[in-house]
Amino acid sequence: MQTVFSIAIDALAYGMVLFVISIGLSVTMGLMRVVNLAHGAFAMIGGYIASYVARDLGMGYAVAVIAAVVITIIIAIPIERLLYRRIYGQPELTQVLMTIGITFCIIGIANYVMGPTLKTIPLAGPLQGTADLGFRTISIHRLFAIVCGLVVALGLWFAIEKTSFGVKLRASVDNAAMAAALGVRTEIVYAVSFAVAVGLAAFGGVVGAELLPVEPYYALRYMVTFLVVVSVGGAGSIPGALIACLVLGAVDTTGRYLMPEFGEFFFYLAVIAIICVFPRGFAGRAK
Amino acid sequence: MTVAMNNQTTLSRPRGGSFKRDLIGVIVIIVFAALGYVLFPDNLALLTRILAVALLVLSLDLVTGYCGVATLGHAALFGSGAYAAGILSAHYGINDPFLMTMGGIGAGAVAGLLCAVIMLRAHGLPQLVLSIALIYLFHEFANKASSWTGGSDGLAGIMPDAVFGIYEFDLYGHTAYFFGIALLLIVFVLLRILVRSPFGMLCRGIKEDPLRIRAMGASPNAALTKMYVISGAVAGTGGALSAISTQVVALDALSFTQSAEALVMLVLGGTGSLFGALAGTLIFMLFEDYVSAANPFHWLTMVGVLLIAVVLFAPKGIYGTAAAYFSRRREGSQ
Repeated sequence: MQTVFSIAIDALAYGMVLFVISIGLSVTMGLMRVVNLAHGAFAMIGGYIASYVARDLGMGYAVAVIAAVVITIIIAIPIERLLYRRIYGQPELTQVLMTIGITFCIIGIANYVMGPTLKTIPLAGPLQGTADLGFRTISIHRLFAIVCGLVVALGLWFAIEKTSFGVKLRASVDNAAMAAALGVRTEIVYAVSFAVAVGLAAFGGVVGAELLPVEPYYALRYMVTFLVVVSVGGAGSIPGALIACLVLGAVDTTGRYLMPEFGEFFFYLAVIAIICVFPRGFAGRAK
Repeated sequence: MTVAMNNQTTLSRPRGGSFKRDLIGVIVIIVFAALGYVLFPDNLALLTRILAVALLVLSLDLVTGYCGVATLGHAALFGSGAYAAGILSAHYGINDPFLMTMGGIGAGAVAGLLCAVIMLRAHGLPQLVLSIALIYLFHEFANKASSWTGGSDGLAGIMPDAVFGIYEFDLYGHTAYFFGIALLLIVFVLLRILVRSPFGMLCRGIKEDPLRIRAMGASPNAALTKMYVISGAVAGTGGALSAISTQVVALDALSFTQSAEALVMLVLGGTGSLFGALAGTLIFMLFEDYVSAANPFHWLTMVGVLLIAVVLFAPKGIYGTAAAYFSRRREGSQ
């Protein structure tokens, strides 16, 4: 029973961290139709900045999170302007080549600037330690990650379903040319959603640093995981991404707890099974 | 046949002189092989490695360049060939290099069939993700079956006999190099015939418009499965060559990194052209070797910059862009 409980908490926390990072990727992929393999690199940049601000400058955890999100967005804007603009609407292979190139560059630069060692982000005082639920104690950081995931999911749901920007975003996802003809400034919608996606990636990178440790090869190691989650959920769908993160997080964590010697075998077996049953992902739509 | 005829008109490939182009291709490969042998006599291991990877990239070109199936898991076929050849030698004592190569070809074809059955169920991004999941499954399976594959220690104890009983596999890699060149030449000529055949044209047609091919009465999935099996045989040849030449098979042969690098090499050279696949492999492997030796700290950044530059300035790949440039020049001068 205790094992089941701790697996459930870990799976939930892991799934939520995956969700926070990959939901941005899902939105940009649904909206801009770009296979962005460099998304994990932005999460890694966020983690590095937070580590630098909190550990080397000695600022608080909250300052570190905000700095990570803001600075990562500032770094991402010229990259979007100069490089991503060129690959919108190009074949998938070109996009894969370009974004793998960007990932390699960011890894090389991170390795040079921050060194090859693993970076930790010191947690704020209230987030350390454990909470006593009466029958079990759980780490507060895990709870924090779960709450962050829920807040992001609810916030995005509200922004997309209830605000006028959300209406424009959904219109652009469905038919960008028609939305532009009706007066939606699609390039602004693109720019804002790219910025939000990168910011969420950085946020997820910081919050999830305990589960996905920050080091130079982070971008390459988890790139595939994020891409898989988005594809299983169906690109551009928030509920789909949430379900995919929870299911795959549960499968992966359970596999690691009960049969650690199999590594990621069950994770990828589940991916194949799901895609064979739902070829467009859980919430994918026909093009 | 009607399908093939129809596609030839849409593809507007030059028909005349195809035999001449084959001959030129073979001569170019031989010239490069001789140049490599003369210029880098101490580095034949790297050159043989390039030959093995070139076979992998050629096989990837068959499914990605000719059929339009994007995959990041093609090393599964390469690694299956390598392990089959290695296991034949290390566990069954079958040390004849030709039998080992045949084993690699067979295992690669079986792995190709398996991948095709799973991969062809989806399209676009889910297909790409399926290929990634497949390569990880192959990797974990090889890691778990360590009594057969040696797990993460690698499969050692591969002792290939002399070729024709005369040419021993020596320490300097001379025999392995010539063996590799011979394999590459044979595969290259066979593939040139294959991609020009009606079947090759059918596959190009499927890449352009699968719906129209189905309307013409051909089955895209059957053709793609067949091409995948052929591609597996080619990749298995490369795997067997790498097992025979290095006499060890590591888990790297079945890795996502190997697959991604193969795709990068293919796109770098230019998809849909056998020359492009060869050029991309040669340029990428030499570049990687040179940069990682010159500056081990920055080589990944350099590779990244190279990839970005190719997308921005040579979107059809290096060979594709060069070929387009020369054909424009020729038209301009006429």
